[in-house]
Amino acid sequence: MTPENKQTLNTSGTSGTRLQFDWSWVSNNGGVIALIVILAFNVIVTPNFLNPQTLFVNISQVATIAIVAVGMTLVIATGGIDLSVGAVMALAGAMAPLIFTSPFAEANPQIGLVLSIVVPVLVALLCGAFNGFMVSYLNVQPIVATLIFFISGRGIALVLTNGNLQTFTNPEFSYLGTGKILGFPFQGYLVLLIAVVVWWVVNQTVFGRQLLAVGGNEKAARLSGVPVKRVKIGAYVICAGLSGMAGLIVVAINSASDAARIGNLMELDAIAAAVVGGALLQGGKAPIFGAILGAVIIQLVKYTLLANGVADEVALIAKAGIIVTAVYLQQARKE
Amino acid sequence: MLDTSAFDLRRYLQGSTHSIGVWIALVILILFGLLRYENFGGAYNISSFLNYNAMFIVISVGMCFVILTGGIDLSVGSVAAFTSVVAAYLSPYGIQIALPGAVAAGLAIGGLNAFFVVAMRIPPFIATLATMLGAKGGALVISGAQTISIDWESNFTKMGLEKAFGVLPWTIVITFVLVVALWIVLEKTSLGRTVLAVGGGEDASIMMGLSVTKAKIFVYTLSGGCAGLAGVFLASGFGAGQPLEGVGWELSAIASVVVGGTLLTGGLGSVPATVAGALLLGLVFNILNFENGRGVISLSAYWQMVIRGAFLFVVIVFQSRVASSSKEGTV
Repeated sequence: MTPENKQTLNTSGTSGTRLQFDWSWVSNNGGVIALIVILAFNVIVTPNFLNPQTLFVNISQVATIAIVAVGMTLVIATGGIDLSVGAVMALAGAMAPLIFTSPFAEANPQIGLVLSIVVPVLVALLCGAFNGFMVSYLNVQPIVATLIFFISGRGIALVLTNGNLQTFTNPEFSYLGTGKILGFPFQGYLVLLIAVVVWWVVNQTVFGRQLLAVGGNEKAARLSGVPVKRVKIGAYVICAGLSGMAGLIVVAINSASDAARIGNLMELDAIAAAVVGGALLQGGKAPIFGAILGAVIIQLVKYTLLANGVADEVALIAKAGIIVTAVYLQQARKE
Repeated sequence: MLDTSAFDLRRYLQGSTHSIGVWIALVILILFGLLRYENFGGAYNISSFLNYNAMFIVISVGMCFVILTGGIDLSVGSVAAFTSVVAAYLSPYGIQIALPGAVAAGLAIGGLNAFFVVAMRIPPFIATLATMLGAKGGALVISGAQTISIDWESNFTKMGLEKAFGVLPWTIVITFVLVVALWIVLEKTSLGRTVLAVGGGEDASIMMGLSVTKAKIFVYTLSGGCAGLAGVFLASGFGAGQPLEGVGWELSAIASVVVGGTLLTGGLGSVPATVAGALLLGLVFNILNFENGRGVISLSAYWQMVIRGAFLFVVIVFQSRVASSSKEGTV
């Protein structure tokens, strides 16, 4: 694919040939280059960057972005988008403490713990099924279909908790966010596991091939017998399920659940990570490890700015710049 | 160019089947309110309702133009927050400086959106997402994340408080004039018809020799300018520039446009129906407040989010049925 691209760029470069070759090279390896630049910058400038503590902090924070970004990548691969991921995180995150602090769970802690993980994820999956149904059966544009839960998902979470901050002490549940295996945060392993499984699903299963076919050319996929509607629903369901898990992790990290804040603006981080990782907004590509790379870059940019005393607000502008640059390079690559 | 009245009539009728629902719902809701609540039709409620919803009407109409071309503008809420801060900083110089200044800031950000979409060919959704983040960051930076109080000595406060010709607040008058002007632009000018044509089919429009670029630059800049004006209303209504406001406004605006029967794929929609959509969404909360006031039920503000989502769901399902039936008719 890459050599072909370079060739067409060189031969058809009659309109504006300046730096064409360089652009394609940069855009094809943009993510890795950006990562190296950020790492090099941090090693030189940021104090204590090469401290294991820095690594752990970043791993535990990048996990939620990475998990959601993997789901988002699947949805984007179908040519869709999911704005509801942050709200679904809030819904799942608000439900978990409600379940394990209930009288039933107090009496049966083991069952309570399992339920507090399983039920929120199931509810998240339902949200995803709803999104997928709207998109595939009612032909609603993905932005609008997922807008419904973007608004009401967080609303339901706030209604459930009455808008209160729920704090708790539950070491078993908190393991999701604070546990360590061989010194590394638990959720780091979880991210790797999810990435490997989803990568396998995308590249080695029928569903994965169908997913890419739907995003590449929906009409052609339908004509060749791909169950387009089911495949799309599958993508939204997986994305929502992963968002639900991410919501649980956020709550576990904080030992507290604030429905108004869990997953706030996560849709932007996840979309940015997916795009930086090489997902095409038109669909047809699902670079899972690219999404992880994108999430790491987004997290490192945040960390770099914060660690060097740059205000949060400026970090927002930086994020905006990253998104525009990534998509622009993507467009340049396509042409 | 399009002077055949039969064509226009058919188009109009087609448009009205999409938007008829919003007018019916609006009438029902108003009747319900009038019959159930004593003060619902009172001058105070009407005036304060319109005054508060003016900013949503303004951004919804701007959004309507963008959506008509098949695009989307997610930056409007952040832009309004940004320009409310600009307006607050400019308020000591009076409304004659603060209003144009803030609108100019909105136009500039809208122009940036247009640049991203037209020149850099970035999908509208991503381009305006970036300016949404950028404008939010910008608002927080220039305000130091504080609300910026307006200058109460200057005439800036008159806009929300004083009444034009002693009847309606200036906010409402300005909104009304803008809505009528944009309605005329969309329906009666070649630029407006081009906007509709672009949404109806971009390639076809290019082949017909219409200036697609011009139409796109126009709609994004207009939407930015509308958001800028909404920021001025925000600052005057709350007495301060609000860098943290505007969250979710883009969704309210999109909802208003959709409720008004405008197709999200572009090409079909109307300005008055969008205003009706914005009023309808506002009325739902107005009635909710009255209902809470009666003390029979007590729904927290959180329920409003749930109801808003459910409402959007109903309208979208309705619209998707209408759209699919009309599509089957034409194909």
